[in-house]
Amino acid sequence: MKTFTYRTATDTAGGLEPGAAFLAGGTNLVDLMKLGVATPDVLVDVTRLGLDEVTSLEGGGLRIGAGVRNSDLAAHPAVRRDFPVLSQGLLAGASGQLRNMATTGGNLLQRTRCRYFMDATKPCNKHAPGTGCPARQGDHRNLAILGGSEHCIATHPSDMAVALVALDAVVNTSQRSLPVSDLYRLPGDDPSRDTILDHGELITSVDLPALAMPSTYRKVRDRASYAFAVSSIAAAAKVADGRVTDVRLAFGAVAPKPWRALIAEEALRGKPATRESFLAAADAELAAAEPLKDNAFKIPLVRNLVASVLEGLTS
Amino acid sequence: MILVVNGVEHELDLDPRTTLLDALREHIGLTGAKKGCDHGQCGACTVLLDGRRVNSCLILAVTQQGTPITTIEGIDHPVQRGFLEHDGFQCGYCTPGQICSAVGMLDEVAQGWPSAVTDGGGDDLLSDAEVRERMSGNLCRCGAYANMVPAIKEAAAQ
Ligand SMILES: Cc1cc2nc3c(=O)[nH]c(=O)nc-3n(C[C@H](O)[C@H](O)[C@H](O)COP(=O)(O)OP(=O)(O)OC[C@H]3O[C@@H](n4cnc5c(N)ncnc54)[C@H](O)[C@@H]3O)c2cc1C
Ligand code: SF4
Ligand code: FES
Ligand code: FES
Repeated sequence: MKTFTYRTATDTAGGLEPGAAFLAGGTNLVDLMKLGVATPDVLVDVTRLGLDEVTSLEGGGLRIGAGVRNSDLAAHPAVRRDFPVLSQGLLAGASGQLRNMATTGGNLLQRTRCRYFMDATKPCNKHAPGTGCPARQGDHRNLAILGGSEHCIATHPSDMAVALVALDAVVNTSQRSLPVSDLYRLPGDDPSRDTILDHGELITSVDLPALAMPSTYRKVRDRASYAFAVSSIAAAAKVADGRVTDVRLAFGAVAPKPWRALIAEEALRGKPATRESFLAAADAELAAAEPLKDNAFKIPLVRNLVASVLEGLTS
Repeated sequence: MILVVNGVEHELDLDPRTTLLDALREHIGLTGAKKGCDHGQCGACTVLLDGRRVNSCLILAVTQQGTPITTIEGIDHPVQRGFLEHDGFQCGYCTPGQICSAVGMLDEVAQGWPSAVTDGGGDDLLSDAEVRERMSGNLCRCGAYANMVPAIKEAAAQ
């Protein structure tokens, strides 16, 4: 690991010198530093800023501090009661030990698990711009079918972020407030940046607007627990007189960002709450998919996830 | 810097790169916590930080100055007896991490924390499936899981 100096942040104004990085739970950043993929000169610890509270917002929403640990958030009574999709998404991620360290801010900004990205000796447009993308010809089984580019097909690995995108959550930073779905950018011809945040922009909290629908999270992975998603879905839906009156859908592990399925949502509104409608909506969203040889299986997987999760929510 | 481990203060002069795991093993001489993967993927390095289970391999020691740290050397808990009585190990390499993790996990259950298997509370609370899910952050290369599950359930019942 490259040497660095360490200090604790003393205020929430943000701002960092070139080469410096914020450190929260460290479960992703320290890992990437050991691997030589992240090489900060300075670490600024943001865990002593008191950003570790969940407070109520007017109208039934919640404000989640950027430093709230994933385990505390998943166990929070208001999250379990009003936003089960978020509690379930968090509990589907990582392990008990990791969730005890991982924070809201760090979870949002965790980086892809693409094996070439995590190996500093390999070419990769994300960690070494301009060196190419070996995943296209190589191991891409778990990489993107939506939103990728010829330069990068990494998937965003967070479960929590998929739930937040479905919940229309807003992220507050030292500089601005923006929907979580706008936080992330697609790789295009510059895969090196995952988000639109400026250097030194500090995430301070995430706001959840009230949700007046049942919601749930379902994750498919290669083993029963302690594994990243192969595909996942966050869903909320409301039905009246057999028709879908409101719906939210987001997919995980299929795109470089948590993928809000707006096309599918649009296709579902006002339609009968039947398996046929659910599958047609999934097909509409997945029409844009550009799978490669080894990840085409994600198309039928996501399609079936949409149908079975919505059937469960609306029956 | 000062690390407080099992109630004892240790004054250390460490490079900021030193992980909590390396500080414990190489600098303080507490070799109970093990290094399996060094990347948060196995749980062998599990210790309790202020009573909560964590992977000490992904924590920089410098970030935990003054936080009460408990390692397997500082644990006296029915889970240990459970492991002995049910033969919850073979080679023993993962065992300190398994035990620290189980101690932290039982505290989480006592606080009513949910898991991916159940919503917390209720009769199902330490079913086999529940123990397996909550302990999934600890791998065992010897596959001694089958005996760990009853070891932990028995300790939970006490
Ligand atoms: C073995 C393993 C399995 C895992 N499995 C899963 C899984 O199944 N699902 C899942 O979702 N995740 C999984 N994870 C990832 C885990 O959820 C993330 O590592 C964790 O959420 C990161 O949070 P942190 O606080 O530790 O972030 P850190 O590692 O401290 O930081 C991550 C990034 O965020 C930046 N940052 C942190 N806080 C702020 C802030 N307030 N403002 C601005 N920037 C900030 C840091 O500079 C860094 O770039 C796994 C990790 C491991 C090691
Ligand atoms: S998919 Fe992206 S992260 Fe993976 S090797 Fe290609 S450029 Fe790198
Ligand atoms: S050594 Fe820390 S999790 Fe494997
Ligand atoms: S007893 Fe050998 S690794 Fe678990």
